[in-house]
Amino acid sequence: MDVKSVKLKINNIDVTVPEGTTILEAARTVNIDIPTLCFLKDTNEIGACRMCVVEVKGARTLQAACVYPVSEGMEVLTNTKAVRESRKVTLELILSNHEKKCLSCVRSQNCELQKMAIDLGIDDIRFEGENPHYTVDNKSASIVRDQNKCILCRRCVSVCKNVQTVSVIDAVGRGINTVVGCAFEKSLSDTPCINCGQCIIVCPVGALREKDDTDRVWEAISDPTKHVVVQTAPAVRVALGEEFGMPIGTRVTGKMVTALKLMGFDGVFDTDTAADFTIMEEGTELLQRLESGENLPLITSCSPGWVKFCEHNFPDFLDNLSTAKSPHEMFGALMKSYYAKKMGLKSEDIFVVSVMPCTAKKFEAARPELAGNGVADVDAVVTTREIAKMIKQAGVDFINLPDSEFDAPFGEASGAAVIFGATGGVMEAALRTVADILSGEDLQAIDYTQVRGTEGIKEATIEIAGKKVRIAVASGMANARKLLESVRSGEKQYEFIEIMGCPGGCVNGGGQPIVDAKTHMNIDVAKTRAAAIYDEDKAMTFRKSHKNPIINKIYEEFLGEPCGPLSHKLLHTHYTERANY
Amino acid sequence: MVENNTIPFNGTPEQHEKLMAAIEKYKGTKGALIPVLHEAQEIYGYLPIEVQKTIAEGINVPLSEIYGVVTFYTQFVTQPKGEYRFAVCLGTACYVKGAGAIIDRIKERIGVEVGTCSADGKCSLDATRCIGACGLAPVLTVNDDVYGKLTLDDVDAILDKYLK
Repeated sequence: MDVKSVKLKINNIDVTVPEGTTILEAARTVNIDIPTLCFLKDTNEIGACRMCVVEVKGARTLQAACVYPVSEGMEVLTNTKAVRESRKVTLELILSNHEKKCLSCVRSQNCELQKMAIDLGIDDIRFEGENPHYTVDNKSASIVRDQNKCILCRRCVSVCKNVQTVSVIDAVGRGINTVVGCAFEKSLSDTPCINCGQCIIVCPVGALREKDDTDRVWEAISDPTKHVVVQTAPAVRVALGEEFGMPIGTRVTGKMVTALKLMGFDGVFDTDTAADFTIMEEGTELLQRLESGENLPLITSCSPGWVKFCEHNFPDFLDNLSTAKSPHEMFGALMKSYYAKKMGLKSEDIFVVSVMPCTAKKFEAARPELAGNGVADVDAVVTTREIAKMIKQAGVDFINLPDSEFDAPFGEASGAAVIFGATGGVMEAALRTVADILSGEDLQAIDYTQVRGTEGIKEATIEIAGKKVRIAVASGMANARKLLESVRSGEKQYEFIEIMGCPGGCVNGGGQPIVDAKTHMNIDVAKTRAAAIYDEDKAMTFRKSHKNPIINKIYEEFLGEPCGPLSHKLLHTHYTERANY
Repeated sequence: MVENNTIPFNGTPEQHEKLMAAIEKYKGTKGALIPVLHEAQEIYGYLPIEVQKTIAEGINVPLSEIYGVVTFYTQFVTQPKGEYRFAVCLGTACYVKGAGAIIDRIKERIGVEVGTCSADGKCSLDATRCIGACGLAPVLTVNDDVYGKLTLDDVDAILDKYLK
């Protein structure tokens, strides 16, 4: 179907765009910036904040450019006196009720409200608002909600409700008393919140942030009795550079390792090594279930956001979840057993830090299911943003650092482990190993492109050694819900499903660097970071988990075999149903 | 925002049955939430979390959204009403005739905030919009009784009657 073109004039410049384009998008095609606050492409397009008002010839009042579709012959003015005055008063009114503690705000210099105040030249705020003081909700292990900084843009509400179908926050109350909150003023920790942190990465201001664990990590580093090891997830290395001004999709693996070593960690390791263990365990599990026919489809369980979503909404699928722990948890368990033994350390003296693109990992690390003999596998989880902050605190000149290698023994990893960071990656990694085992060959065709890409749901039927395996991949909880409902109803059948909590997978996790709304209009962030992940995979010596020599060594020396008794004790777990509210 | 009450929920099986019937009636139709909330409030007198949760599950609307709607419209209440429902009109006429002081006095005497109910379930207090009795301003109603042209002394006498 052909889309009709529409001709219009914006600030007397001729513009031709497809029908259905908004004034905001049309203006951007001719380099005219219209300020926005509540707008976030594909997530929140509600015209609520009125920052994007423009004059449309013939219209009685100013119109919101972010939701106003263009029409033939339309004449738009974006920079008149009326427009400038309206935007300024609107912004002043928003600021009148905003807690302006910018110097101590986690979002200072990365705040869309602050930037707008600068761009619009606000030099004085004429209005003094009510400024009520709200209690900060910091009971969640992952997410802090500070209503004092909220500008009621509703991006978080929209992402939670529409993208994730978790729906634990909404606008509560009316008029001046409106707040974004949970039902009955509950803490996020008392709701079915899955801790994904998508609300954080869409927040234009500092109203949502992760629970800060950096102090705990510094404390451990300065404690001489602690042996502090750090591991980094695959998605971190393709995003951390953004925190230092590097372009989206820059790979900074080597610089990151150098920085962590300079900060004083006793061991700098790669979560990817543990991801190879996850594949060995989960791949074996898949083979066993294919053989027995029990608990199919096997569903991945690396994503703690997804796991909690499953506990709340799909408890009937809990037996389908892989019992293999997520990679960073396996890493922690191996640190406190194998590594402790090797280094002659007591497990309680080892402090395991995980650097994750994820806020839900904070909640996961505190799960009682994930503590062997009462000692947590992982002691602290910090996000990509938090580790960037720590690198800055340490006075490390990140951009100019030379590269270094991860420490042995958890330094070598396969390309299969690297792609865990993108949607479809865990599936592809597992297939690379399972296909080799089933065929008894060292297969060369290992790029399962059917499961790549950022579409919300991907399906394929793959033939492995004459066996047909039906697979599906979903990222983002709305997609997962849709997929599982079709499985529940019997409409669809699969043998293997990968689910990741965040849309696009971990590269777009709630702990990743925050990208503003304007950049989101031009760049598919998840796709760009994922491309870097697949580049990293290609550059690896070993691209299949079972070819990683370290994995084989540790199985030989210590664990025995995948899904064997010791593996089961250390590397597997089980989850349980949770009530909603 | 009114603090949520601590009075335990006392729904009966009959009330639950009626609520489920209301949910069944509107389930699957567009815009089911508001009519279900109306019927639920008719059944229980207010909309506590227990009722809202049942509705959330029944019509498949998130609890946070239901709570958002309930707190948006003043006609929906999350607090039970007392055996004696004190309601002071804060319409313009009553307000200029001193209804503000009257409501403060009642608050003080019965020890509840506006929009809440005492812990023993005896007294609740509401501020209403204009009830159309401006000639009697300022006006207080207690259940179906109307008291007009009030002074603070009158209020004390009325309260004594109910609180004895």
